[in-house]
Amino acid sequence: MSTLVQVSGRRRRKDQLMRGLLGAATAVAIVPLALILYFLLKKGLGAWSGNFFTSDPNGNFLGDPGGIKSAILGTIEIVGLATLIAIPLGIAVALYLVEFGRAGRFGAAVRYFIDVMTGVPSIVFGLFVYITLVLSGVGGGFAGWKGAVALALLMLPIVTRSAEVVLLLVPDSLREAALALGAPRWRIAARVVLPSALPGLITGSLLAIARGAGETAPLLFTATIVQGTSFNLGQRMNSLPAQIFNDIGQAQDRLVARAWGAALTLVLMILALTVIARLAARRSRLA
Amino acid sequence: MNESTIQPSISPPRHPSGPRMTSAAVVARKPKRMASVQTAAKRVTVEGLNAYYGDNHAVRGVHLEFAPNEVTAIIGPSGCGKSTLVRCINRMHEEVPGAHATGAVRLDDIDVYAPSVDVVSVRRTIGMVFQKPNPFPTMSIFDNVAAGLRLTGTRGVKLRDRVEQSLRRAGLWDEVKDRLDAPGIGLSGGQQQRLCIARTLAVEPEVILMDEPASALDPIATLRIEELVEDLKQRYTIVIVTHNMQQAARVADKTAFMLNGDLVEMDSTEKMFTTPSDSRTEEYVTGKFG
Repeated sequence: MSTLVQVSGRRRRKDQLMRGLLGAATAVAIVPLALILYFLLKKGLGAWSGNFFTSDPNGNFLGDPGGIKSAILGTIEIVGLATLIAIPLGIAVALYLVEFGRAGRFGAAVRYFIDVMTGVPSIVFGLFVYITLVLSGVGGGFAGWKGAVALALLMLPIVTRSAEVVLLLVPDSLREAALALGAPRWRIAARVVLPSALPGLITGSLLAIARGAGETAPLLFTATIVQGTSFNLGQRMNSLPAQIFNDIGQAQDRLVARAWGAALTLVLMILALTVIARLAARRSRLA
Repeated sequence: MNESTIQPSISPPRHPSGPRMTSAAVVARKPKRMASVQTAAKRVTVEGLNAYYGDNHAVRGVHLEFAPNEVTAIIGPSGCGKSTLVRCINRMHEEVPGAHATGAVRLDDIDVYAPSVDVVSVRRTIGMVFQKPNPFPTMSIFDNVAAGLRLTGTRGVKLRDRVEQSLRRAGLWDEVKDRLDAPGIGLSGGQQQRLCIARTLAVEPEVILMDEPASALDPIATLRIEELVEDLKQRYTIVIVTHNMQQAARVADKTAFMLNGDLVEMDSTEKMFTTPSDSRTEEYVTGKFG
């Protein structure tokens, strides 16, 4: 028969060692993140001056190089349109896969291609849109909406994958309850499954938006880099990543500084979006 | 109570909206006769029912009858097919991928498996309560009870009145009347189960199937559910699956015993628990196996 004994020294030392290792791994992971934030704030805040947000880049060789107004507005317009395309479509595909296509070859094929699309480098989407929409001259040459299409293609698999995972988490007992009340499948999807999954859908969509907002490659040869502000998605359009890409390679310190300022702006915009959507999700769950 | 919500439809079953609209319209036009003690509960007759999950033959040629305004308990060891049997009655069985059933289930004289019958009207007429309370987590108490009407697109019903009536019949009204807008999942387990019963009652079924409705609840909540079942049989035909033999003895007028997919026997509860005809029933109810 065994009796109660003290924890052996060996086991306690092993426990402490493992805890220490895990703590160290966490610290290592946090260091680069903290450094990025530190440099962004240090270099970016310095570039924020009076007309940084209210003026367009002017290309002047000397003096004030202008701000990033056109880039901020362009990013909002392009990412906004990409969101309108990718999120409803992505959630619809996920809803199909979970509610109607769980088994079966078609569902499996769709799932496979989405996985493949997730792994496609972003520049390939840019190239694809460049060839199919820009070179072919659909509605003119370079245009903001073509950048939005490239971003939407990039966001679509991210939205679909994350939405599918979240929709699968909705317990089958809820679907069963609704079925037993005589509800048709499509109404169960719309009135029971979607609302139950809403907070997760918002989080997944945000990840996709954040990813899209930070992409440079799909925009360089679709929406391109320009100086002036445009509210016409049919025209060339500036964006924050493109502006940063352009400025960081310049020989002038004032342009490099503008790139840091633009980078800080982009990060804060995505942060603000995340916070707003989290609050919205929390409210919708309580309602 | 409406007398016939199952409408053998003329339109092909490919268009579920057609027959559903028809039956909803009929329900809405029917004069209400709530005041009189109308016994619209229906007799359920199961004839030669076989149910399968893929190749697994879960229910084997069962014949039995559930009388109106009676509680019938189905008992038997785990995996004997009792849940599958009740899920065949409101055609929930066919929602499981790879599952199918043969035979007939008659509601009075209409076969719910007839090709002209709309499955939506079957499930509205034959309500179901599940083992684990499953209120819709995004909905308030009120919305949970109203969910059946909204999810089936029923119009012409005064929601407020119907919700109150259903909650009263489920014995929950006094506990929740001041917080109908609170989330349904904020209630205790026993209250949630009565909320689910109210949700089932709100679509005005004539038969209620209960699949181990109290097995996830504590003894006091269980007792309340059992009292409720006793009340509900005044209006409905009730079939209750249970693995708790004391529960069957307490609530059921008749008891059916199933084993390995076969119906061993069905008789009055008293006889089943004292002098059953089959030796296997005796062994089961006296705790020799199962």
